[in-house]
Amino acid sequence: MALDKNQIAKRISKEVKNGMYVNLGIGIPTLVANYIPEGIEVVLQSENGLLGMGPFPTEDQVDADMINAGKQTITTLPGSSIFSSADSFGMIRGEHVDLTILGAMEVSEDGDIANWKIPGKMVKGMGGAMDLVASAKNIIVAMQHTARDGSSKLLKECCLPITGLKCVRKIVTDLAVLEVVDGGFKLLERAPSVSVEDIKAATEGNLIVEGEIPEIEV
Amino acid sequence: MINKTVKNAQEALQGVQDGMTFMLGGFGLCGIPENSIQELLRLGVKDLTCISNNAGVDDFGIGLLLQKRQVKKMISSYVGENAEFERQLLSGELEVELLPQGTLAERIRAGGAGIPAFFTPAGYGTEVGEGKESREFNGKMYLMEEWLKADFAFVKAWKGDTAGNLIYKGTARNFNPMMATAGKITVAEVEELVPAGELDPNMIHTPGIYVQRIFQGEKYEKRIEQRTVRQA
Repeated sequence: MALDKNQIAKRISKEVKNGMYVNLGIGIPTLVANYIPEGIEVVLQSENGLLGMGPFPTEDQVDADMINAGKQTITTLPGSSIFSSADSFGMIRGEHVDLTILGAMEVSEDGDIANWKIPGKMVKGMGGAMDLVASAKNIIVAMQHTARDGSSKLLKECCLPITGLKCVRKIVTDLAVLEVVDGGFKLLERAPSVSVEDIKAATEGNLIVEGEIPEIEV
Repeated sequence: MINKTVKNAQEALQGVQDGMTFMLGGFGLCGIPENSIQELLRLGVKDLTCISNNAGVDDFGIGLLLQKRQVKKMISSYVGENAEFERQLLSGELEVELLPQGTLAERIRAGGAGIPAFFTPAGYGTEVGEGKESREFNGKMYLMEEWLKADFAFVKAWKGDTAGNLIYKGTARNFNPMMATAGKITVAEVEELVPAGELDPNMIHTPGIYVQRIFQGEKYEKRIEQRTVRQA
């Protein structure tokens, strides 16, 4: 059984450790915030200039001057801070943010990531993605293992325009948890009832399988 | 204290001409110089190069300038929310240079701080790096990026004083502080303009030296792009 988006987010939440400063991308990564276990204190960074992103506001708290990087209205928390875009990317580029979780269209076995542009389609821009992947200490990617037509998104080399080179450390897909190591994608965990053979078939890049592969706890 | 106050947007934008390069503060529609944009519309200046993180939406922000075909080129990091933008881009009427958001912010900061170029890892190995000098530092590859400056920078702050000192509110700060430093003429519009001496010097985000003209905006719509709420 392949994981749904929430189950992918829940699995990624286990990678979040106490005391981390974390940047969450749009889509599945945003859902990770819902699963951070009690007792784990993390500070969420929003690259438009906020550390300590709080929940959505109630109707009477809505403030047009308080938004996140997805342009959603947001609140602060006790201990939050606000700063300029230059400071925000200074803390990203300076590797002060511990963990970046983002989506991807393709990842290569070298850890290259493509997630900003599809040739022939409208180009919306990379926003902060290139800065984040170029400088993050640790990057976890949330993505679907294959495209709708069944073709693999975990490739020998990315086909789509690159966002960053050799930067992805870990990948959580609907089928598996993988680590990018020398020589390819190392399989760490598999989705319940999904076989190693299924994952091999869905992975174009080199898949490294060592020993028994446990199932992901869902 | 030098008084930077002008009466209104009309006076603040004196000297604006066709073909100029502008910086416009804001992230999405948050913290954009609404009144200066309205005045640019009224003046009808065209062939503009606009440096702004985003390009507004169809009927607000820079989107209004696009509707009237006043913009020749956009330098931005993300332009996804605007159908007219897409149409002009695909038809070749509009030129766009897309930059990583942190690179855009730092190029503007560098422009204001007198740093002609710097090295950043963002975009190395991607099409952003094509034609740019790259160099290795401590085993990692970096791209050289040059400063950005503008003929006019239009910024929006929450409060300002007659000396040009500015205080921003919330995440409406975003690109405004850097842009304030990088304009040959920086026009600051504020929600509340107070006499010099009323703002606590410890709380100033942008010192008045960077601001040539300041005015209190006539009105602020402060439109919200994604109104997301939770139950109380």
